[in-house]
Order: sequence, then structure tokens, then C-alpha cells
Amino acid sequence: MSEHSAGPVLDLHCAKRLGDFDLELSSILPGQGVSALFGPSGSGKTSLLRLISGLDRPDRGHVRLGGEPLVDIDGRRWVAVHRRRIGVVFQEPRLFPHYRVRGNLCYGMRSDTPSRFDDIVTLLGLDTLLERWPATLSGGEARRVAIGRALLSAPRLLLLDEPLSGLDGSRKGELIDYLQRLAAELALPMVLVSHDPEEVIALADHLLLLERGRVVAEGALPEVLGRLDLEARLDGFDGASLLEATVVEEARGARLGRLAFDDGQALAALGVDAPVGTRMRLRFAADAVELAPPGAPAALAARFAAQVPSRRDPGLVEIVVELAGQRLRARVAREAFERLDPAPGAMLGLIAVRPQASRQR
Amino acid sequence: MLSEFEWETIRLSLLIAVTGVSLILVPGIALAWLLARRDFPGKALIDGLVHLPLVLPPVVVGYLLLISLGRQAPLGQWLYELFGLRLPFTWQGAAVAGAVMAFPLLVRAMRLSLEAVDPGLEAAARTLGAGRLRTFLTITLPLAIPGLLTGTVLAFARALSEFGATITFASNIPGETRTLPLALYTLIQSPGREDAAARLCVIAIVIAMCSLIISEALARRARRRLEGRDK
Repeated sequence: MSEHSAGPVLDLHCAKRLGDFDLELSSILPGQGVSALFGPSGSGKTSLLRLISGLDRPDRGHVRLGGEPLVDIDGRRWVAVHRRRIGVVFQEPRLFPHYRVRGNLCYGMRSDTPSRFDDIVTLLGLDTLLERWPATLSGGEARRVAIGRALLSAPRLLLLDEPLSGLDGSRKGELIDYLQRLAAELALPMVLVSHDPEEVIALADHLLLLERGRVVAEGALPEVLGRLDLEARLDGFDGASLLEATVVEEARGARLGRLAFDDGQALAALGVDAPVGTRMRLRFAADAVELAPPGAPAALAARFAAQVPSRRDPGLVEIVVELAGQRLRARVAREAFERLDPAPGAMLGLIAVRPQASRQR
Repeated sequence: MLSEFEWETIRLSLLIAVTGVSLILVPGIALAWLLARRDFPGKALIDGLVHLPLVLPPVVVGYLLLISLGRQAPLGQWLYELFGLRLPFTWQGAAVAGAVMAFPLLVRAMRLSLEAVDPGLEAAARTLGAGRLRTFLTITLPLAIPGLLTGTVLAFARALSEFGATITFASNIPGETRTLPLALYTLIQSPGREDAAARLCVIAIVIAMCSLIISEALARRARRRLEGRDK
């Protein structure tokens, strides 16, 4: 995936009593890319973030970063918050009101690491805000300053607690762009807390699905999204699939770009802005993948894997097919599906309407 | 305009009040922070003790000071042997009396203003690598400045107006412990000095008003800075 060397792996094996349920998990988050903690409000996501950052202490177990224990209840180890070098972007920007933006950004800068001040200021578009007071910033600007401030403290891991909450559509899209750029350009593992599927799909590589303090599912985002047994819990994702493919034809003028899967099948997609040969991530909406009528010319051949009745409408079925070794979901008319009545492993013809491509990290 | 005696009284009163407040400023902030941010056994007891001078008759406080800090008391002896400091019947003693009486007001005001500082900002500072002390000095304290100023002025006014504990502990010695309230009391007691008493009364009001105005102006400036409306 990433060309960068892997950062420290986060090893979570801990428990903590939270109100009327226990947060209890044993998971390992990869040392690169963005891991999302996804679940409904009150599932323990933010509490877990506080355990990782050291703002709270678990009742039992340990948290290790790159093999080094940050807390180990049995081994009596405790690394104080300010020695962990874990950056946190809280739900609210939490800018210090008595420092200008520049002062906020510099607050956590360390003298023993080379300064990346200019780079990060440019990356987050903060150049024109440096002399402003936090009270005069818009929500999106304040959020960007908070992210920059955390990054400039040279963290080994960045925790983001719903960084897009409370922002309107265009600000949200803008901040997603900034975060995508960050994830791509900095070799810094990130943990993203979110209950917003859009945020997760746009940013995450790895997904940890939490419910009432327990991990219900975890794994690479495309794999978890392709699991029909999680249909009820991943409702908000609307059956989206993420697949990887390689650019074979760049978008030019009025023509869409084309990408090819590893088995050679190709299709047109939106947003192909990378040169030929680049790996990109394709996002398919379940409703935009249709069963092709027999003999349709542009159909993709995929292997039928599983189906469940759709929760949306009794007239629909959710199906999963295997396309070039990756999982693709579709929501198709029950009637058409039952007419074909494919056995598991049978080949189906599918038409995908304009999937969205985005850069692979 | 002012007589020698009046200048002397003002000078002595300010000296005693400023010394008294300086004595309790740092311990007051520390205790206010403990009460605002920490839970520890005996917290309610400490809280009660701090507030005691507020509800006790000042004469009782003066008497307690006399028996705990007098030459015969161990603490008083220790202060004398170590620093050559005699507190009863000296201006330093008057400062201590004022300090003890002003302490609850100072701690109360500071505790309120420290409690009003968003702990989320402190948490953010910690995650940015700041230890407890740096967090306190760069985040908590500056954000609590308006309350600190109010508390300091309150304490100053209380120390300046202290009467009962002072007269009990430090007595009413001209040029040594006769502060403005004591001088005023003395004048009222002497027949035919009503106009001198009235002049002192006006002076007391002017000093009190000045300190209030100055503190209000400082606090407003601090608040403006904190809210980022400066310039």
C-alpha cells in the first residue's frame, strides 16, 4: 500500500467500566494509514481514544505503541499523557483563546525534532490565519488549526475524534481533502473516531466496528464493507464497496478515465486524475451496480458469492460478488435475481454506473 | 492637602495590606487549584478551615493568632529564632492578621475562576507535550487572570479594612499598627476630632474606589485579550 516505512503498531488489550457497560477489547491497529473506530454514539469510541492518549486509565490490561507499553495495569507501567507523543484532535477544536493561531501552532513544537512548521502551515492552508485570534476563526479554520497544532507536536500517532462533526457540506469536503492529503503525505498512523460513514469511506483504510464497548468486526475497510452479516450495523454505508484498480486511461476533456482490475477487466470511472499505472480506489454505490441483461457488451464478469434479502425493500436483494479477488456489493431487483437463481460460484454479468475513483494511499 | 498624620496612616495601611496580600497570593492560588481540580481525602475539612475566618468573629481570629504566634507559642518562638521575627504588636503582625482574614475571599474568588477554565484546554495542552506545571502556567493561570485580579482586589480591600483581628493581635500602636480603620476608631473615640475622622473616612472611600476601578479596568483588559478581541 504505502511506500512509507510502517509506523508503530497500536496494541490494545484493555477494559474499562463505562456507565452501564464495559469497554473491553483486544485489537491491533496497523502502524500505517488511517484506522477508523466506527460505531453509534455511546459505543465507547471516544472513551477508547482517551485510553490511548492517556487522558484516562483502563481498569485492566495494557496499551502498547510500537511494542512500548504506554499503560500496563499488571506490569504497573504508566506513561503520562505529555510523554506519550500522541497527537489528539478533539471533537471541539480546543484552541487556546489567549494565543494567536501562530502561538497555538507552536505550543507543542519540540526543539529536538526538525521543524516542519512551513510544510504543515502550507499543507493545511493556514498561511493567512497565523496572526488571527482563535475567536475570529470559522469552524473549519479552527479545526484545521487544531489539526496543525497536533501535527506540529511531532506525534508518533494522531488521534482524530470526529474531526468533521458540526461542519457543513462544503467545509466538510474541504477538510476531507486536507485530511486525505495529510494521510497521503505524512508517514503518520492515524486513528479516526467517527459515526459518519462518509468520513470513514473518505479517509479510512482499516475499520474497527464498536458496539456497546465491544469490537463487532475489524479488518481492512473494503473487506468489512463487503460483509453481508454486518448489513444492519453498516446501514449508513448504504452497501458501498471499495475496490482497487489501476489507471489504464487518464480522463481527458470530455472522456472519462478508465481503470482495469487485476484480471484485466476495465471500466470507466469518475475522478481518474492520476497517470496511467497508478493504483486507485474505486467506490461503488450498491444501487449503482446492476445485473446486466444476457449478452450486454460492457458487463463485468463477477463470481456470485452470497445474498441476503434487503432491509430496504422486500423487492430487493443484497448480493456480494467477487471481482478480481475483491468483494463488490450490489442491490438488485429480487425478481431479476431469482430468474437467474445463480449458485454460489456462478458467473454473473454486472453493469456498474460510474464508480468514483480516489487516490490510493 | 493631607496632613503628616494622614499620609503616615495611608502609607502604613497600604504597606500592611500589600504585605498581607503578597503573603497569601501564592498559597491562595495553590489551594484554590487543589480545591478546584483535585479530589483528596479531607477536602471538605480543608474547605471549611479556609472559610473559618469569614464566619468567626475577627476578635476570635486575633486571639487565636495571639496564642499560636505569640512569643510563648512554639510557632512564634520558631519564627523569632529563625528570622528574628516578632509578630504580636508589630506591623508584620498586622499584615498577618489582614492576610488571614482576607484568605477565604482570595481562595473563593480564585477557585471560582479556576473552575471556570475549560479542563478540555488543559487536556489539549497535556497531549501537546506540556507537563502539569507548564499546563498550569501557560493555560490555566492566564485564563483565570480576571478572577485572580478580582480575588486579589477583594483580599486587598479586606486586609485594608481589617479591624478586630488586628487590634487583638497587633494592638493599636501609632506609627506601627495604627492602620486607617484603627486611626478612624481612635479619632471617633476622642472628643472634638469629628472633622479629622470625616477626612479619614473620605480617604478610605477614595482608596477603596480607586482599587475597584483599577481592578475592573485590568480585568476588562484581560478578558478582552482572552476572548481575542484585542487589536
